[in-house]
Amino acid sequence: MTQAVFWALIGMALVVLGLYALIVHAHLLRKVLALNIMSSGVFLVFIGLARRTPDADAPMAADPVPQAMVLTGIVVAVAATGLALALIVRLRALTGRTTLGDDMGD
Amino acid sequence: MLPVLAAPAWMLAVVFVPLAAALLCFLLPRRAVILGLVAAVLTAAVTFALTLEVAAAGTAHTLLGGWAAPLGILWRADGLSAALLAMTALVGVTVSLYAAAYFRDDAHARVFFWPLWLLLWTALNALYLSADLFNLYVTLELLGFAAVSLTALGGGAAALTGAIRYLLVSVLGSLSYLLGVALLYHSCGSVDIGLVAACIPDAPRPASQVAAAAMMAGLILKTALFPFHFWLPPAHGSAPAPVSAVLSALVVKASFYLLLRLWLDVLGGGGRWAAELLGLLGVAAVLWGSVLALRQERLKLLIAYSTVAQIGYLFLALPLAVAGGAAAWTGALYLALAHGLAKAAMFLSAGNLLRFGGHDRIAELDSAVHRLPLTLTAFALAGVSIMGLPPSGGFIGKWLLLKAAFAQGRFGLVVVILLGGVLAAAYVFKVVGHAFTPAARERRLRTVPPGMEWSALLLAAAAIVLGLTLPLISPLLQVGAAPAAMATAFAAWSAA
Amino acid sequence: MSAQRATPRHGGGGVQAPAGAARPVPADTALPRAARVLLALVLLAVFGGLALAVLALAQPAPGLAAAVAGRIDDSGVSHPVTAVLLNFRGYDTLLELVVLVLALVGTWSVGRARGCAGNAPGPLLRQLPRLLAPLMVLVAGYLLWAGAHAPGGAFQAGSLLGGVGILLCLSGQPLPGWAQALVLRLAVVLGVAVFAALGAAAALLPGGAPLDWPPAQAKTLILTIELAAMLSIGVVLAALFAGGRP
Repeated sequence: MTQAVFWALIGMALVVLGLYALIVHAHLLRKVLALNIMSSGVFLVFIGLARRTPDADAPMAADPVPQAMVLTGIVVAVAATGLALALIVRLRALTGRTTLGDDMGD
Repeated sequence: MLPVLAAPAWMLAVVFVPLAAALLCFLLPRRAVILGLVAAVLTAAVTFALTLEVAAAGTAHTLLGGWAAPLGILWRADGLSAALLAMTALVGVTVSLYAAAYFRDDAHARVFFWPLWLLLWTALNALYLSADLFNLYVTLELLGFAAVSLTALGGGAAALTGAIRYLLVSVLGSLSYLLGVALLYHSCGSVDIGLVAACIPDAPRPASQVAAAAMMAGLILKTALFPFHFWLPPAHGSAPAPVSAVLSALVVKASFYLLLRLWLDVLGGGGRWAAELLGLLGVAAVLWGSVLALRQERLKLLIAYSTVAQIGYLFLALPLAVAGGAAAWTGALYLALAHGLAKAAMFLSAGNLLRFGGHDRIAELDSAVHRLPLTLTAFALAGVSIMGLPPSGGFIGKWLLLKAAFAQGRFGLVVVILLGGVLAAAYVFKVVGHAFTPAARERRLRTVPPGMEWSALLLAAAAIVLGLTLPLISPLLQVGAAPAAMATAFAAWSAA
Repeated sequence: MSAQRATPRHGGGGVQAPAGAARPVPADTALPRAARVLLALVLLAVFGGLALAVLALAQPAPGLAAAVAGRIDDSGVSHPVTAVLLNFRGYDTLLELVVLVLALVGTWSVGRARGCAGNAPGPLLRQLPRLLAPLMVLVAGYLLWAGAHAPGGAFQAGSLLGGVGILLCLSGQPLPGWAQALVLRLAVVLGVAVFAALGAAAALLPGGAPLDWPPAQAKTLILTIELAAMLSIGVVLAALFAGGRP
């Protein structure tokens, strides 16, 4: 197994673990963390597979395009986390709840 | 027309005008309303100019940064993009007029609505123009965050809960889509739609199939297809009226558009069993959504469940389209456009009724027809299109689907298409009927500014007129479509 | 937080801890055990599918490394990732800056910031910023400059600036007077505004396209954009940390 495939498999495992936690946990903070773990997994897949260039061991030989895309993705994930936390804090201040409640059985 | 203002200039304006205006509204909150209105009119104007240009001169391209694919990102405006851009512009400018009146007394919402709404509009336009799978991911996220923030603008616990659930679902959908993009990039060495489409037949398997499945799953979640619709009614039902209109009319259409784009332009229009599966979910959505709409006691939730049902029609068209070709595709697109106009009109009408009576309990809408005749007319006209009665846009869409279903002997789908119409009639008349009953007792009522009534009526009228413009819109939808590739793909699949 | 945890609170779905357990862990789920097991099995199957997809991509592939290397001399910078971010796929980066601004506008629309002046730091946290803040700003400047030829760039530098802001907030520094209202808002949109204005101006050049930097000016343009972007990113990240409108 090459390094690229190893990291991509770890990434896929993170995606699935994050998805499990997102569905199972009710606390919104845990849901946000779960989404962050999922996105880390996706980024790891994206960037891990970028090291499949023929001379991958040379410095800066990995494909730069996925690296740039993942950098964009990280910023988007930070933005999502910031917005989610603001909404959750507000919900807690308003209702004292930190879960979505039982109305929808999500 | 100046020679310099060719299609690429219009494309630039379609994205950059609402973006610049959003920044200005954020910088100068006291001028937000007037800036926003001017920007809305300007954005609509440049969008219509682009649409006319595409209709006249065919598909337009811009190389962003001057780099061709696979290194750079492309904007591509074909007939499908142009039609959705134009629908967005029409709904957008009308909702803007409505919102100026709606938020007049709410200083907080007024200040934040405009930058958020203009950024949402920017995201929609950027999404419809982009021909790059990764760039589409960024536009999807931009769209999702704007939609979530606008949902929360309602302020109460219900709106916040709806917004948070919406955000979680939206990010999950985008991540699933992005995972697919990552696998496609590493399969094909590009994220340009054209290049990926060319590479798909020889791409390593099952990487390309898993990628397609992940992207589709993410987009279905965002489009709220049954059984992934659970997040939509609380969000659309608790947002302020102009926001609900934008979410139901425009935002779910964007992810559906992207799904179609992938299906037609990237995956070649095949996928018989996938189409059958999605069609089945569409059938379930039409029935389930309609029945739940009928059972709602609050008007905005009724309209939101109606959206769940109408999304079902878009997916119900997929098996017909994959097996039978262009007419069913046109039918699905027509339904998407008609639903955009009619559903926006319905939510704006609901906003008027809510403003007028202080509540949206359907059973207590009595005598609204005497006080708000224009609003009730708008609701009923929009209802005509949602039911699919002639001569509305909804009728044309359903008629094209019915024709395809008959031609293919899919009588089960015929029954569902008609039954969905009957159920829609039932829930529309439930509202209209209550509005016609005489008032049981006098209540303190607020006046509704005429602009809010006329905006709703304008959109409802547009949904009706859309049905008469088939000869104009049908050729537009064909611009840049790949009929040859579609036909061969269909032939191959139907032979299989 | 830990003090709260030490006193067990029951109800609301909480599970009483067995005697002797260090602390009670509330059952943070509405799903029954059977549903969780079923979900785990389904997700295991999903992982199987995803793993097969990865394994299908095992053989070496060139990606776009060669394409980037081939045109990097026209990009204005020599580091391939920066060339992709600010030139070849600059439009993605522009939209990503818009996403940051949008997240902040959304956060501001939700509620007010708690404010930094109320933080009561210990002696260490009170002294630390005096030492660290100037150093961090210096490193941010270096990272921005280095991004042209080595790992670094506006985002790394911007996050460091954001870190300065967070550190100052945690140490109880009130927002400086100039950072109110319009100036703060200007700093937030600066990156997008400069990027979009230059990008649109590039389309007006003869034969130009949006965000199409002429090779001769590319380096200057990219550095200008990165400088503006760094400031905005830093301000937005710190403002996101503050969690609401000032």
